[in-house]
Amino acid sequence: MKLDFPLFPDSASTFAPQLDGIYFFALAVSTFFSLLIAAAVLYLAVRYRRSEPNAVGKREKAGLWLEISWSVIPLAIMLFMFVWGARVFFDARRPPADAVEYYVTAKQWMWKFQHPEGQREINTLHVPVGQPIVLTMTSEDVIHSFFVPAFRAKMDVLPGRYTRYWFEATKVGTYHLFCAEYCGTEHSLMGGRIVVMEERDYEAWLGGAGSATPRIATGAELFAAKSCTTCHRPDSNLQAPYLEGAFGREAELADGSRVLVDENYLRESILDPTAKVVKGYQPLMPTYQGQLSEEELLQLILYIKSLDGGGPAGGAPTSEAAS
Amino acid sequence: MSSNETAPTNYLNADYGVRSWLFTVDHKRIAILYLIAVTFFFALGGLMAVLIRLELATPAGDLVQADVYNRLFTMHGVLMIFFFLIPAIPGVLGNFLIPIMIGAKDMAFPKVNLASWYVYMAGGLFAAWSMLHGGVDTGWTFYTPFSTAFSNTYVISTAIGGFLAGFSSILTGLNFIVTVHRMRAPGLTWFRLPLFVWSLYATAIVQILATPVLAITLVLLIAERAFRIGIFDPALGGDPVLFQHLFWFYSHPAVYIMILPAFGVISELVSAFARKRIFGYRVVAAASVSIAVLGFLVWGHHMFVSSQSPYAGVIFSLLSMLVAVPSAVKVFNWTATLYEGSVSWETPMLYALGFIGLFTIGGLTGVMLATMGIDIHVHDTYFVVAHFHYVMVGAVLMAYLGGLHFWWPKITGRMYPIFWSKISALLVFVGFNLTFFPQFLLGYLGMPRRYHAYPDEFQVLNVLSSAGATVLGVGYLIPLVYFFWSMRYGKRAGDNPWDAFGLEWETTSPPPTFNFPATPKVTLEAYDYTGRAEARLARTQPVRSSP
Repeated sequence: MKLDFPLFPDSASTFAPQLDGIYFFALAVSTFFSLLIAAAVLYLAVRYRRSEPNAVGKREKAGLWLEISWSVIPLAIMLFMFVWGARVFFDARRPPADAVEYYVTAKQWMWKFQHPEGQREINTLHVPVGQPIVLTMTSEDVIHSFFVPAFRAKMDVLPGRYTRYWFEATKVGTYHLFCAEYCGTEHSLMGGRIVVMEERDYEAWLGGAGSATPRIATGAELFAAKSCTTCHRPDSNLQAPYLEGAFGREAELADGSRVLVDENYLRESILDPTAKVVKGYQPLMPTYQGQLSEEELLQLILYIKSLDGGGPAGGAPTSEAAS
Repeated sequence: MSSNETAPTNYLNADYGVRSWLFTVDHKRIAILYLIAVTFFFALGGLMAVLIRLELATPAGDLVQADVYNRLFTMHGVLMIFFFLIPAIPGVLGNFLIPIMIGAKDMAFPKVNLASWYVYMAGGLFAAWSMLHGGVDTGWTFYTPFSTAFSNTYVISTAIGGFLAGFSSILTGLNFIVTVHRMRAPGLTWFRLPLFVWSLYATAIVQILATPVLAITLVLLIAERAFRIGIFDPALGGDPVLFQHLFWFYSHPAVYIMILPAFGVISELVSAFARKRIFGYRVVAAASVSIAVLGFLVWGHHMFVSSQSPYAGVIFSLLSMLVAVPSAVKVFNWTATLYEGSVSWETPMLYALGFIGLFTIGGLTGVMLATMGIDIHVHDTYFVVAHFHYVMVGAVLMAYLGGLHFWWPKITGRMYPIFWSKISALLVFVGFNLTFFPQFLLGYLGMPRRYHAYPDEFQVLNVLSSAGATVLGVGYLIPLVYFFWSMRYGKRAGDNPWDAFGLEWETTSPPPTFNFPATPKVTLEAYDYTGRAEARLARTQPVRSSP
């Protein structure tokens, strides 16, 4: 057994100091009030210890100002923590515009990763230091949760939808990856490593990881191979919506409601095309349920995202296209 | 104190034989039935905790297999929550005391009261049957789609067990509400009620409004698992997060079903052993009700990283801060009650003072978890495990044991050995902190919960925790022994051994079948120790001054 054991986790992301900051504040407040109450209880219990067997306590005095102050002061402190905590939370949820997208597919009991250049890894993810990275995550079976203590962040990974997790590593090293949502027999072994490397080491590693087709190219191949082009093309506007420039904008549906065209909407439209049909089109598209792996789905969506219409201004351009 | 060995007729010697117990409608005997049952389930759940802590003493998963470990923590949670924590204080202390505290002969519906015990036992049978056939491995939270499509253990029979236990809880709550509304003794106005009655009244509201949602959720779960009706499983067109919303809509209020009765017990203990009215009686009573109401609006704080909208998360975080205020107010009021009191350090008071400390830590760490920024890191880690054990064990179990020590002389007419009871109170307090404080550190370090094996660097803290658990275990075993012992050999306690205030101390120990020879009349405010002392003085003075 090692004698030097840590009492505080490694800190290796830009987000970690932010989270530690509010944690230390909350810890200080909690310690102060715990000690205050313990001291008060002990002092009063000794000071007013029963002197003779039949003694009774004195009648209470009115304490309205006391009741008000010990309601309002804790509430004020907690509201302060609430606001601070919400800000930190939103920072954890909003990846910077220049974040590079990696894919994560979880299944019982492993993590599968794909780099933008197409390389695949299982249970180990190599990333460059100082580069904002956003993970687009989904699960093939049950709910998992992506948790890297050194980055101070976690996000559940669900079947049937995408969630996102972003970080910017600040320190070269190897860090624990845990599954934090109970997922069955080998839940506690569903871990892995995040290897943070210098940029040049990462490039070298990518080169050594074997040649791979960039995901976007695979996506384009799939778009053709699955016959998406038969309908989704400029000259067939009556059959299906043309997808160029569609991503990131709102589309009007047949029932008049509006929906943001994001990854989850594209995913649903591929697997369950009749669920939310764009206004003016017939529900003709067949389902691709069971015909695409989670990884292929992501590649296809990436390709659709990349279709920059260059059309009329007004829609939200995708972050990757804005150069 | 009576040294008369032939005890007067009371609820215990009024009738004999197994039938007289199994078919009783006396609320006090039903309380004893609950006492036996919850003690059994607590022992069973505790045994599983022992195995869990033994397994976690080493980083490798070497004592039991992963599947066995997963069943252990699942059954530990199911048994402790549905079959111990939820029924313990209401079923045992509530059943025994509420009619006596309000000067009534029995509950409003004595047969429903007995029925609720049988429904509870039926639920227990389903849980026990599932265990004997290999148990269930979904975690007590039954998250979908794991529970509906992937687990190959006894999910349905366990869910039926929880479903039945829930109905027992509804029946108990219903009975309490009607009893408190309709059966109070003359003069016992709402603001003269003991705070224990107030807290159980607030609990009952939660029981009858939240528990049906658990029943619905479990039925939907069973429908999907048994008949493949797509509700939660995305493969069947369902939404797994919907399950979490439904589950926590019950299970967060369920936390208050467990903790509110504990608050009530602590109010009784602090008042009795400070011989003083609880500081801010009305505020403490109102705090119970406001916790019960606000408790319905905070369930989403279990789901900050579940893919729930961050905007919903903001609302849930804010409301969670609000529900912390009445809890904080209670702690301050109990502390202030000691001021200018006449404090004695009897065993029940040791439990109560320990409760205040442990609940404070449990509550404050709850605020940390409700802070969205912090939760991202500590969610689903040992930080959460430590937090809810501080609340569920540190607070609820301490209150239950404190209450049992306080009312034991009333329930049995006998006193337990004082020395050993103080030793065990101390062991429980020290052992508890040794067990669960290291888990806060483990959680922040990043050890996820429900882990059968873990990286080496977590071992030292886990060994500390397991070592503490042995101390805690001894602390629980000692009372088990001396309570049994006291039933036969304990000193006769007398009607009011603590000289405490309240109708339950004005009847004999143990009380007669219908509690009082005649319906009592209440003339004093709650916990009016000074008023009672003056009235006693007035009764004795004329005798002394007469020539």
